[in-house]
Amino acid sequence: MRSAGESAVDGRDVRVRRGRREVLHGVTFSLPAARITGLIGPSGGGKTTLLRAVVGVQRHVSGELRVLGLTPGSAALRRRVGYGTQSQAAYEDLTVRENLEYFASLVGAHRGQVGELLVRVDLQAAAGQLVRSLSGGQRSRVSLALALLGEPELLVLDEPTVGLDPVLRERLWSMFRELAASGVTLLVSSHVMDEAARCDEVVLLRDGEILTQDAPAELARRTGTDDLDQAFLRLVELGR
Amino acid sequence: MRRTAATAARVLRQLRHDPRTVALLLLVPAALMTIFRFVYENERVAFQQAGPALMVLFPLITMFLVSSVSLLRERTSGTLERLMTTPMSRLALLGGYGVSFTLLATLQAGLVVALSLGPLGLSLAGSTALVVVLAISVALLGLGLGLLASAFARTEFQVVQFLPLVILPQLLLCGLLVARDEMGGVLHAVSDVLPMSYAVDGVHHLAREPSASAAALADIAIVLAFAVGAIVLGALTLRRQTD
Repeated sequence: MRSAGESAVDGRDVRVRRGRREVLHGVTFSLPAARITGLIGPSGGGKTTLLRAVVGVQRHVSGELRVLGLTPGSAALRRRVGYGTQSQAAYEDLTVRENLEYFASLVGAHRGQVGELLVRVDLQAAAGQLVRSLSGGQRSRVSLALALLGEPELLVLDEPTVGLDPVLRERLWSMFRELAASGVTLLVSSHVMDEAARCDEVVLLRDGEILTQDAPAELARRTGTDDLDQAFLRLVELGR
Repeated sequence: MRRTAATAARVLRQLRHDPRTVALLLLVPAALMTIFRFVYENERVAFQQAGPALMVLFPLITMFLVSSVSLLRERTSGTLERLMTTPMSRLALLGGYGVSFTLLATLQAGLVVALSLGPLGLSLAGSTALVVVLAISVALLGLGLGLLASAFARTEFQVVQFLPLVILPQLLLCGLLVARDEMGGVLHAVSDVLPMSYAVDGVHHLAREPSASAAALADIAIVLAFAVGAIVLGALTLRRQTD
């Protein structure tokens, strides 16, 4: 586990090509350990691609990218990085509990963790339901629970709070807070600007380029507005 | 091993939630065999000639369908990507599919063989156990071919289109409809490189010759070699990194 003050992920001039098109144009960023970094930007801007590169499942990545000091996706990282995909990526024809139990046995998580996670993401009531029959919000919580299995040091979460009611969203954010306090590094993507305010650090990504990386308060100061939507607009204008 | 066992258990659990598919898998071959027997009601010799080959053809078709669709789902639903972010190896994943589907194939083949040799009155000169082993080998071949097909399809609709492409030529040339010895040079040569030709040769040995175990074992070995080849090639298409 890395301690606060160090960086958990470092990217320098990271480029991703998909077919002939370049979708990430040489981005440079750094995720502080034991902190929540928000990857914020409109959809289609390359957020998922960047997350996939960090997890190590994206092809055609160039530039320098180190995750916990190692090459992304290397065998030694597969227990230490948890990935919550945007689509739930669970077996539709298994129940929530069966999905969790299967992935728990793959990552070597202890049996009891499945029960704990079901409570944590508020899915106890749906534990026996087939994933096929779940609502969108429930599905994204299945994905989150799967990412949390095995107590990873780095959590990469793609839009984990989409479609959730405010109460549950609040609860998840306080869970992210607790995780960060216990030393877990979180990278959380969102297309909703107001979620940026909940992060320690914000990376603004648009059209495959990083507009800026900063603490939310610092961002507000620099752009002269508390409103993150406005701040985003000003940064886009400044970049022109 | 632990991950292979967990995967096999997971695949079987998925099947348990889908009793209709399991019922179709087990009962349709048995029903077809019965129909086949009564189509040849007045030509028992014809049934005796074509029946054994059918016993090893069903596992190919069913396993091809089940495995191509299952693995395509793994690829398109994001579960394969998630598996690749865990410490599981591709070998362990395919091992899990191999174990669970072989179990299913054994049940299916056992049922068809028992029905054919029992109530339907098909007679076998050689070893019944070897027919079942041959059927299981063919099932693994179906798994490998299905895995390969899943790499070249984007949707379930596409992947079932591979069935006529991959299976039908083998059905025509394997010696089920016309004996391989009676085929012209080119057809015979093509039939020589298709795995099902050896499966049907093998089952014919077992059906017609009382002491043909050695010849049948050689055919089983060839079918298994094709199966392993297809599975290894297919494993190469399961990539950790995708676009």
